[in-house]
Amino acid sequence: MQIEKFYYDNRLPKMFGIATIFWGFVGMLLGLVAAIQLAYPVVNFSDYFPHLAFGRLRPVHTNAVIFAFVGNGIFTAIYYGMPRVLKTPMWSKALGKIHFCGWQLLIALAAITLLFGYTTGKEYAELEWPLDIWIAVIWVVFGINMIGTMLTRRERYMYVAVWFFLASWVTVAVLHIVNSFELPIAFNSLKSYSAYAGVQDALVQWWYGHNAVAFFLTTPYLGVMYYFLPKAAGRPIYSYRLSIVHFWTLIFLYIWAGPHHLLYTALPDWAQSLGTVFSIMLILPSWGGMLNGLFTLRGAWDKVASDPILKFMVVAITCYGMSTFEGPMLSLKNVNAISHYTDWTIAHVHIGALGWNGFLTFGMLYWLFPRLYNTQLFSKKLASAHFWIGTLGILLYAIPMYWSAFRSYFMLKAFTPEGQLQYQFIDVVQSVIPFYVMRAVGGTLYLAGVVLMIYNIYKTCSAGKFVPVEEAEAPALPKTFEAPTGAHWHTMFERKPMLMLAGAFVVILIGGIVEFVPTFLVKSNIPTIASVKPYTPLELQGRDIYIREGCYNCHSQMIRPFRYEVKRYGEYSKAGESVYDHPFQFGSKRTGPDLARIGGKYPNSWHFSHMLEPQMITGSIMPKYPSLFDNEIDIATTASKIHTMRNLGVPYPKNYEADANADLQKQAEEITKNLAQDKIKTSSNKEIIALIAYLQRLGTDIKNEK
Amino acid sequence: MKLSNYLVEIAGVSIFPIISLLIFVVFFGVVLFRVFYMDKNKVDYIANLPLGKDDTTTSENLNGDK
Repeated sequence: MQIEKFYYDNRLPKMFGIATIFWGFVGMLLGLVAAIQLAYPVVNFSDYFPHLAFGRLRPVHTNAVIFAFVGNGIFTAIYYGMPRVLKTPMWSKALGKIHFCGWQLLIALAAITLLFGYTTGKEYAELEWPLDIWIAVIWVVFGINMIGTMLTRRERYMYVAVWFFLASWVTVAVLHIVNSFELPIAFNSLKSYSAYAGVQDALVQWWYGHNAVAFFLTTPYLGVMYYFLPKAAGRPIYSYRLSIVHFWTLIFLYIWAGPHHLLYTALPDWAQSLGTVFSIMLILPSWGGMLNGLFTLRGAWDKVASDPILKFMVVAITCYGMSTFEGPMLSLKNVNAISHYTDWTIAHVHIGALGWNGFLTFGMLYWLFPRLYNTQLFSKKLASAHFWIGTLGILLYAIPMYWSAFRSYFMLKAFTPEGQLQYQFIDVVQSVIPFYVMRAVGGTLYLAGVVLMIYNIYKTCSAGKFVPVEEAEAPALPKTFEAPTGAHWHTMFERKPMLMLAGAFVVILIGGIVEFVPTFLVKSNIPTIASVKPYTPLELQGRDIYIREGCYNCHSQMIRPFRYEVKRYGEYSKAGESVYDHPFQFGSKRTGPDLARIGGKYPNSWHFSHMLEPQMITGSIMPKYPSLFDNEIDIATTASKIHTMRNLGVPYPKNYEADANADLQKQAEEITKNLAQDKIKTSSNKEIIALIAYLQRLGTDIKNEK
Repeated sequence: MKLSNYLVEIAGVSIFPIISLLIFVVFFGVVLFRVFYMDKNKVDYIANLPLGKDDTTTSENLNGDK
């Protein structure tokens, strides 16, 4: 067989690696600012401009750390590791460059558009439709490059890391496309409405959201682990057989877990149960991965004690195990009753994010950059200091959040002996501020560790010389191949990347189809409520303001059937109430109270004053929204919005667009007159009027049921 | 996308999750059985791929040696 010479390119891994570090710092800094805003609302700067308020800033943080930090981390690993296990360079340098530039451009545009309020209002899928299209384009470019590399490889058997990368690629493509079905209100508008509504939108969103965790934050990083841990430890992974079993199990089971984000909500019971059961089963393949990683180091723990890279990786894998035990526990309805909407969810996320994703990335970077620059790491001591500071940071992040969650739960459910709720929501907010401060300290420590890493890697690169390419040689793969008799069936998948792709694709589709088909096609899952009607044009404009300012980041709109919750917020939410909500706004967190039945609870003047000065409720941490009082409602968009909603199935009468603005103005005048009776002077064309109209509508329709 | 009005109910829908469970059990039963009986040489070869220890040995030689 002819030996072929070729080169591994180190330039793209270097660039992706630098991007990982840069966006990691930016994303974590944004997280720290958001954390401080919750304890010290003045840091929202909302007196001056609306762009940095928590509701707009938090999605920039989540997008930055997930897609910019972890995303570039994934690409670093793939562009370095895949060529070396497949014994061929990445198929196309040009596509690689387009991928790199396209992804960084995406991040920059994401940050800008989100800060300016262009958001779909769906978590981790906030980017509006032009960026969604851009994501798909770059993802296809990336896929072509990756698959091209697999098809031109010189190593017949694809190492396990490659399957994880491939499955991640195809699943993220499916998730992104399906969840991004949205109709722009006009060709020249950034605003779009989700094709799905209410409970159905919630199901699609959390099928997407949970599997973004699964196939963006977990499976590609298992690929990172399977490549870089053996490299760092100098020994092969503990059990290749285990990796086969846990790979297929993981990708099959993970998809079904989405409904565990919707326990005790209006999602049909059977879907909730499926989500719970599959989430519990998920412990097995997840721990399979963890054990495979940890057992790789059996007999080599002395190496871990002396090597910061291995320390990062071991803690990363342990946090992965912790998170994948906690997650299934949180999927039990009785546990979820306590944790949902509280800081427990945040604690859980950040153990996975800071521990698994963060630490594994740091381990990879500390291993990689010295090799890219043909030198030693500048300071092992600094790396070790980073490890300890980071670990302390994780603890100081998570523990206050657990404490806050339990405290909130016990306070919110407490009744007096007379049968009244013991605490107001604001009492709970005030009592957890100290924990928000502690969490910000934890986050600061974690970020400080990252700063140490930046310095360390910078000094490493300065002392070394970058190696742009590495020579390699290997025999070409013969064109024909006869499987030897008795070959294991799985080797067929390992030899045939397209078959592996098709197999993974089929497996991941199963869960989605079983959960979606009945929810979409069967009437009894979303029982119709006759008194529920579409939003008026003014209310629709108000709803879009609610979404623009990111109110869902702190306020939920989904009351669960618990006595203490019904007592506090009103009748629990029904599936039929949100059928016209494109997108749904159930929310995931109650930093502020639930708003599902806020309609009619307070007079218009209360809402007016509250948006202007939320601290009229002493102790509130909500930012101010003064721009709503200066900006005018964009009535030029009313007709397009009504038209788009009708296209999505909301039953506005034919040609209603012609009358919509007249109705809008009439309703706005009524509210303005009502405000004047309470001595408040304002113009009826200001945005605050639209927002008041929307809030006063929430949850009131079912009162008209006989 | 008003899709909730095509069917009032799916009669006997419980057959679908049962079929899913059967597919799952059969598939993973087969996976576990065959993983158990894999050839050790092949396993060791693939597990050592990231280490790049012995780049002269390829999967072709491996099969030849068998």
